[in-house]
Amino acid sequence: MATLTLDRVSKIYGHGGKDALKAVNDVNMAIDDGEIIGLLGSSGCGKTSTLRMIAGFEGVTEGDVKIGDRVVNRLSPAQRNVAMAFEGYALYPPLTIRDNIAFGFSRDRLKKAEVDARVKRIADLLEINDILERYPPTISGGQQQRASLARALVRNADLYLLDEPMGQLEPRLRAILRARIKEWIIERRLTTIIVTHDQTEALALCDRIAVMEAGVLLQLATPHELKDRPANLFVASFIGEPPMNVFKARVERDGGVARLIAGDEAGHDAFGIELPLSGAGHALGNRHEVHLGIRPHLVAIGGGGALRGQVVSNQWLGDQSHIGIDLGGATLIAVTDGALDVPAGSEAPLTLPLESIHLFDAESGVALMHGLEPAAPGVRAAA
Amino acid sequence: MHPAIRVVLLTLIGLFFLFPIVWVFLMSFQTNETILRIPPSLVFEPTLQNYTALISGRLETGAGVLELAFMQNLWNSFVLSFCSVALSLLLGVPAAYAFARFKFFGSEDIAFTLLSFRFAPALLVLLPLNLYFQDIGLNDTYIGLIWVYQLITLPLILWIVRGYFEDISPDIENAYRVDGHSWFSTFMKISIPLALPGIAAAALLSFIFAWNNFVFALILASADKQPVTVGALAFVTASGIQYGQIAAAVVLSILPTLALALYAQRYLVEGLSLGAVKG
Repeated sequence: MATLTLDRVSKIYGHGGKDALKAVNDVNMAIDDGEIIGLLGSSGCGKTSTLRMIAGFEGVTEGDVKIGDRVVNRLSPAQRNVAMAFEGYALYPPLTIRDNIAFGFSRDRLKKAEVDARVKRIADLLEINDILERYPPTISGGQQQRASLARALVRNADLYLLDEPMGQLEPRLRAILRARIKEWIIERRLTTIIVTHDQTEALALCDRIAVMEAGVLLQLATPHELKDRPANLFVASFIGEPPMNVFKARVERDGGVARLIAGDEAGHDAFGIELPLSGAGHALGNRHEVHLGIRPHLVAIGGGGALRGQVVSNQWLGDQSHIGIDLGGATLIAVTDGALDVPAGSEAPLTLPLESIHLFDAESGVALMHGLEPAAPGVRAAA
Repeated sequence: MHPAIRVVLLTLIGLFFLFPIVWVFLMSFQTNETILRIPPSLVFEPTLQNYTALISGRLETGAGVLELAFMQNLWNSFVLSFCSVALSLLLGVPAAYAFARFKFFGSEDIAFTLLSFRFAPALLVLLPLNLYFQDIGLNDTYIGLIWVYQLITLPLILWIVRGYFEDISPDIENAYRVDGHSWFSTFMKISIPLALPGIAAAALLSFIFAWNNFVFALILASADKQPVTVGALAFVTASGIQYGQIAAAVVLSILPTLALALYAQRYLVEGLSLGAVKG
């Protein structure tokens, strides 16, 4: 096992002409030995390109990729000692599933009994024991995916790269295997990078998650940090289900208080909340416009709420309720753990707790405040 | 469709395509007299005289005894076709892989130029080539002919095999490479075996094209290097056209390609469906 460092890594496709495409832009990452990292982002965000550069299938246009203390930019995939599970499975069609899995350590010159034992262990884990003697074209996509995952996990490598490792599995099996794979990885302290677009998977499996968009690494942080202290508006609305409520808001200063007046989609004033300037002043600076965000789970409905909204929808999902509320023209989603007896059309008092709101710069989307704390630690020290 | 109608239609199609070959096969067991009688008849006394003449190399005609180089021609055909296809595979398969996998500067243009060899009218190229070959001593040599035969076999192999390589997921190769194997061993152990049905199909097709070639050897080779296609001209003799021997020669020259095609048939079917490669 080893650490992995990406030092200002960029990937540019094309020959630098006007059709050149910067797929990965100046990405820095320092990954610890035994850490599980998720690469999360929508399609085409550069996560697979990043993975392929680490594996060595794509050249690195700029920057360095280091595994342990070795810069591996110029090494062939064979020399990097990484294991990889491919999104398209990439099993060898002429070999049985057993041979496909055993193939990964064919160079280690193990005794046959040892090979069989290893294959059996991983096959038990991924529940593919019954198809070990079958050939790849004769089994289902989900089975091929598990075989491909087994082939990668069974190896002794410095680094494990898993590209959408569970996309083809049915939800129930996915949940079971997720837990087992995590246990396998942690037990062996495997340094692992998992590319996925499924945030549930990333949140469940990974120690830290790298959110990428348009080739740029937006934030590399623990799942908690991503939820509580998103670095910018994109991360804030990308992570979390249902997504964060975000409103454009006008800032009005009045004595010791900053009043944020959120608008609806057409830009008309919808509702307002007040922040003490003592806490918010430095983060707000002299901005007149911000984005105001709050997670649906943290909207407090009922009691002596300061705001009154009209319920437009109330969906009970079996373990939680999604409640759509019209607040002076702007629509807000609230999530409650239990069922709530507020039918559509009724009035509901609600509160947006100040410690739960997030403020983002109106133009750049950079986070300014989380709760009443400035987003950038340096700003707080200055205050 | 009703099975009976199907059988009738298939028989009709079969007869239509096989009739000339059957007729030639029958002719090869007849003398010139029975072939040329009017009206023609399916009833005749079979003779092996055409075959013995071809194999012994002595043709007795009304005008005397004629020496035939037919067995030499057959051997020439085999040497030329086999070596041309072998050389084309050696050059074309790695090139096809390069064109399929790597996008380098001018790759499409080079691939197209290689294909364009098939556009040029052969005679236009051959006459000047003949002069050059005489100058550099390649005229009437196997090497010279095999070189020119690349015009037939190389583009065919290159373009067919390229398609097969493109159909193999690059990730299968990548998986082998991360498992600790070099680029070259990946090419030999993964890419070629997976494309093998396609390579076999391309090799067979180009072998047939090379075997059937007439004009290259007609101009560039003399009697002792000529393939059967050119050698068959010898049957047009002073005392008339030897239809019986021509038919026997045709049958003998079909046999090697027929045997090869029957042997390679399963590769061809596999190659054309390519089910094994797509996951």
